[in-house]
Amino acid sequence: MMMRSPGIAAALALLVVLVLLPLVLPKYYVDLVTQVMIYAIFAMSLDILLGYTGLPSLGHAASFGISAYTVGLVSLKVTSLFFVVMGAALGVSLALSALLAVLAMRSRGVYFLMITLALAQLLWGVAFQWRSLTGGDDGLTGIRRPSLGVSVSFADAANFYYLVLVFFVLVVVVLSVLVRSPFGNALRGIRESESRMASLGYNVWLYKFLAFVIAGTVGGVAGMLAAYHIGYVSPADLGILLSAKVMLMVILGGAGTLIGPALGAALVVLLENFVSAQTERWTLILGAIYVCVVLFAPHGILGTFKLKPRQAAET
Amino acid sequence: MTFWLVQTFNGLSFAMLLFLLAAGLSVAYGLMGILNLAHGSYYLLGAYLGLTVIKTTNNFLLAILCAVAAVAVLGVVMQRFFLRRFYKNELAQVLLTFGFLFIIGDLSLWIWGGNPQVLPKPSLFEASYRFGEVVVPSYRVFVIGLGLLVALGLWLFQEKTSIGAIIRAGVDDEEMTRGLGINTPFLFTVVFAVGAALAALAGVVGGPFVGVYPGADIEILLFALVVVIIGGVGSLKGAFVGSLVVGLLDNFGKALFPELALFTMFAPMALILIARPAGLFGKE
Repeated sequence: MMMRSPGIAAALALLVVLVLLPLVLPKYYVDLVTQVMIYAIFAMSLDILLGYTGLPSLGHAASFGISAYTVGLVSLKVTSLFFVVMGAALGVSLALSALLAVLAMRSRGVYFLMITLALAQLLWGVAFQWRSLTGGDDGLTGIRRPSLGVSVSFADAANFYYLVLVFFVLVVVVLSVLVRSPFGNALRGIRESESRMASLGYNVWLYKFLAFVIAGTVGGVAGMLAAYHIGYVSPADLGILLSAKVMLMVILGGAGTLIGPALGAALVVLLENFVSAQTERWTLILGAIYVCVVLFAPHGILGTFKLKPRQAAET
Repeated sequence: MTFWLVQTFNGLSFAMLLFLLAAGLSVAYGLMGILNLAHGSYYLLGAYLGLTVIKTTNNFLLAILCAVAAVAVLGVVMQRFFLRRFYKNELAQVLLTFGFLFIIGDLSLWIWGGNPQVLPKPSLFEASYRFGEVVVPSYRVFVIGLGLLVALGLWLFQEKTSIGAIIRAGVDDEEMTRGLGINTPFLFTVVFAVGAALAALAGVVGGPFVGVYPGADIEILLFALVVVIIGGVGSLKGAFVGSLVVGLLDNFGKALFPELALFTMFAPMALILIARPAGLFGKE
């Protein structure tokens, strides 16, 4: 408890700052922070799998992209009512991650990595080739911001920012409660030793399955918000580059925490925005960041500066 | 009938190309526990280097030699100075090799530009053979022959030579092999370099019909991964059978269901995984 109250105080202070930001920041930066929060949600969702359960998915973009495509298809062809679109998008990403979980969880270790990658890349291929439904590599354009049936317009950057903030806070609260719950402890136990948890009577498969589905659904939240944010979905939203980028965010910030991935997401998004404005060679620099993180900060920023003794003891 | 023959033939030549790629990827993981996502970059780099050499010297054989040698050196550097430090740490390997994938991809884009390019065929294989209604380009015959030759060579090397026996022992139990006094680190570097060289060879040889373009590295990597998943990690036989399966499925998929080509490759992969999670010839 001694640890938690300052943590909660800091979180509340951050929340106040986030609430006040649109009042002082220009529109460009409001958009940027919106983007940071969306990717923070995405990175935190992967961390449930990667950091807490020890399942290194290299296909996490699947849930992000399928949700984004659902938003695109439903809002362009059926209705723009937010709750309908959201229900469809999250339902589809939940169903998809359940399916992927069943397939991928038959394997472990490096096979898990390769299979999650191959499955996500397959969806990428379907999105790329099924032109009549998905628009192929042109993607789906002209996705309007959601309508809640009230007079608030989310086309306005600040209003949309607050919508994303609501989801961000919700996700942070839900995931914080989750990782501190007995369920979260069981996930960490599985990460440390699957066989020990199994012999203690835990249904390891079910826990891993649920972790996968939760991660996929929260990833779907990020994909939904991203589709609304930029108004555009393309196969890249399902692709390996995004899956690897979100993995980098998690590792860069510090896996096995919730702050870490959010921090990593903020760093990568901000760097990408500022570096891309300066040079065409962002990919080169991003590649160098990957290499440097592995060589110099394998436990992420949090691990390097804060948790060094404990992390070192763990490994 | 003509359709089936031509597609089977095209599928076979693509399958042989895939085998050149997947052999190195599979053995690198099976032997030294390295998952190298930059393996597709060797293909890309091999194809681009080959293109440059052909353009300047107009010599296909020289292009193969230069590309293979250069990429083998790159493989040695990557393995000795980077990957070796992250043995059995798959997450670090993934991020590290992904970094290399980005760096090599972007440097190639910088040097060779963004337009898709096709390598010229060697003049020796310009012609086509004709069997009734079936027209068979001799270049594809050459690719199939080359793939079979490499497969046979690798198989003989692995099964009949003492170094091959050491490699097999290393795949089974690396520590024990080292304990017997065998210099496994050196062996690992050599095997890794050979795998990289084969991928570069695939780049030059595949250049005339698959072509080379930004993003080819990732696309080729996916194919090679699916081959390894189907065949089983660390098994040459698995890589060979997997290549045949994927090469043929991809060709027929593209010809019969153009909108869902990747799905025809995926469905069998999912089926095989459900039946055998470690692939056809992999160890649990």
